[in-house]
Amino acid sequence: MLQAEPNKNGVPITNSDMDKAKAIIAKRVNDLGVSEPIVQADYNNKRIIVDLAGVTDPDKAVDILKTTAKLTLRDAQGNVLLKGDELTDAKGGQDPTNAGGFVVNLTFSTDGAKKFADLTTKYLGQPIGIYLDEKLLTNPKVDTPVLNGQAYINGYATLEAAANHAVLMRSGSLPVSMSIAEKRQVGASLGVDSLNKSIHAGIYSLIFIFLFMLVFYRLPGVVADFSLIVYTLIVLWAFWSFRVVLTLPGIAGFILSIGMAVDFNIIIYERVKEEIRAGKSIRAGVESGFSRAFITVIDAHVTTLIAAITLYIFGSGSIKGFALTLGIGIIVSLFTAITFTRQVLRWTVGINPKMKTFWFGLRGDV
Amino acid sequence: MTKTGHSATCEEVQKLHPLYFNIVRKRYWWFAISLLIIIPGIISLFMQGLNLGIDYKGGTMLDVTFNKAVSQSAISDTMKSVGLEGHVQLSNSDTTALIRTEALEEEKRSELLTALETQVGEYDKASLKEDKVGPAMGQELTRNAIYALIIAMGMMIIYITFRFQFGFAISAILALLHDVFVVVGIFSLFQWEIDATFVAAILTIVGYSINDTVIIFDRIRENEPKMKRGDSYQDMVDKSIWQTMRRSINTVTTVLISLFAVFILGGESTRMFSLAMLIGVFCGAYSSIFIASQILLEIKIRLKKMPRTGS
Repeated sequence: MLQAEPNKNGVPITNSDMDKAKAIIAKRVNDLGVSEPIVQADYNNKRIIVDLAGVTDPDKAVDILKTTAKLTLRDAQGNVLLKGDELTDAKGGQDPTNAGGFVVNLTFSTDGAKKFADLTTKYLGQPIGIYLDEKLLTNPKVDTPVLNGQAYINGYATLEAAANHAVLMRSGSLPVSMSIAEKRQVGASLGVDSLNKSIHAGIYSLIFIFLFMLVFYRLPGVVADFSLIVYTLIVLWAFWSFRVVLTLPGIAGFILSIGMAVDFNIIIYERVKEEIRAGKSIRAGVESGFSRAFITVIDAHVTTLIAAITLYIFGSGSIKGFALTLGIGIIVSLFTAITFTRQVLRWTVGINPKMKTFWFGLRGDV
Repeated sequence: MTKTGHSATCEEVQKLHPLYFNIVRKRYWWFAISLLIIIPGIISLFMQGLNLGIDYKGGTMLDVTFNKAVSQSAISDTMKSVGLEGHVQLSNSDTTALIRTEALEEEKRSELLTALETQVGEYDKASLKEDKVGPAMGQELTRNAIYALIIAMGMMIIYITFRFQFGFAISAILALLHDVFVVVGIFSLFQWEIDATFVAAILTIVGYSINDTVIIFDRIRENEPKMKRGDSYQDMVDKSIWQTMRRSINTVTTVLISLFAVFILGGESTRMFSLAMLIGVFCGAYSSIFIASQILLEIKIRLKKMPRTGS
């Protein structure tokens, strides 16, 4: 747990400052990726509490919170002219000279206003780029020297576009300066005993699924069970190599992908049964059943994968974690089915192509 | 793949399922049943809203240092005995507890502290800290989840339209919204507490619902061009549903039983999560068969009628 505290610099800190700071920190924390943070504001003590799951090195996390999203003004060659902390405010508004247009109004600190006055005099008629970290946000041209620290960037078509840029420029610098008041490592909030119980419950469910597949699908059921084991191992390996932190939404995504992998197997074997029932040999039934089931599953998997990717791009915090585990699960499920399940199923049929259809879960008389 | 073996007739499909009944013909019943659940849910959502937990409302954070090591469950149980719920995190080799719970009045606070002292152990009064904290699941996060979901739905509509038809896409998304509204509605009706895990449960339900619907739609897509002159679309949809019925039942059974195990054995902090998932998964399986396919049928029937009345 990290706590940041604003320095007492004489100016009273308002709740809206706290909200702003909280939003900025939440945004920065989200950039850490899969950590699924909790960010809370404590208005009375003017503090912000940040909970990061799975961060083993709190100092590194603090560094990231402090260093991300630095706003700079640069010339055409990329030389830094002015730093974002000189910018005190940025707001979207109406263009004072052109009724149809919108602008971002910039306010600089006293120090910054002086520097900005020099800059705009020197770079008159040239563009000055506004960068967030290394990303160019906008590249306005200096029309007149700005001497009073009150500048505006014109040329926005909508108020919304101007406001969006204003937020980005504002969030480059925190409204209040923050220091680390306290940091410590704590245990899991999802009760340890409850987590253990849930893991036990999960193991029972897996055993049930394995037995179910065996009883219902017999020989292919054995193949399915092995596929699921291989599938789980690959997913866990992928989680490990992507350094996925398993919090509850992440586990939910994993559970959903297991469900889909089981469903995949069920669809294949039901289809194979149908094909055999329609008069095909076991070998031909496996081939055409698998091909057809694959078309079915690819659409279902791709639809869900599209949802997962969208959630990963547009979601924040815990939603990203969910989307990541789900996405990994889906890709691994497709991979396992194509490479492992199909091949093992072929080998199994190859051992004795004339075996009774009973072993494929069909009643003997069909 | 040119000759997939099953051009089974309706009669053949009926014979394979001892419980066969005509699902398509009764479709207005299924619509009625769903509305009967969704409408009270939505009314309740507007009237009394959702029972949001501390993850959404914020509350009090207590920092208690005990004189000896304590356990998470002992503190949770003590909190429950005075009627409070919340998260407990331990640190400092289990001597310091960070307790997050609803905003506490002076009276309730001392009641909790006395209970902690008698039931858990002596604590260091000098180092006791209390903070008021804002919500952990801010409105932005919930709003962000909703936006992301809407964009995801748009992308899914595009993909399904591309691979199937627009009618399929609309039916699938309506069935998905049906599932979300049933779950949210039921949670509002019964005023079950919504915690941070609820968003995850809803996302999972969305994923399950769309997966399940696409599987059945795939069969309809496969059977559609095989229809002979005089075959009705109704019979074809009914046949497709029953051809995939064994798979639908097997999949939903395995998932529901797994979730039920977590619900019963999983302990307090995952209970609401697994409850939402249980309802949602059941609903997702139900809506694929009884809602999504039937909406698709309605769209198809209406589109067919239009040019005919015109000519």
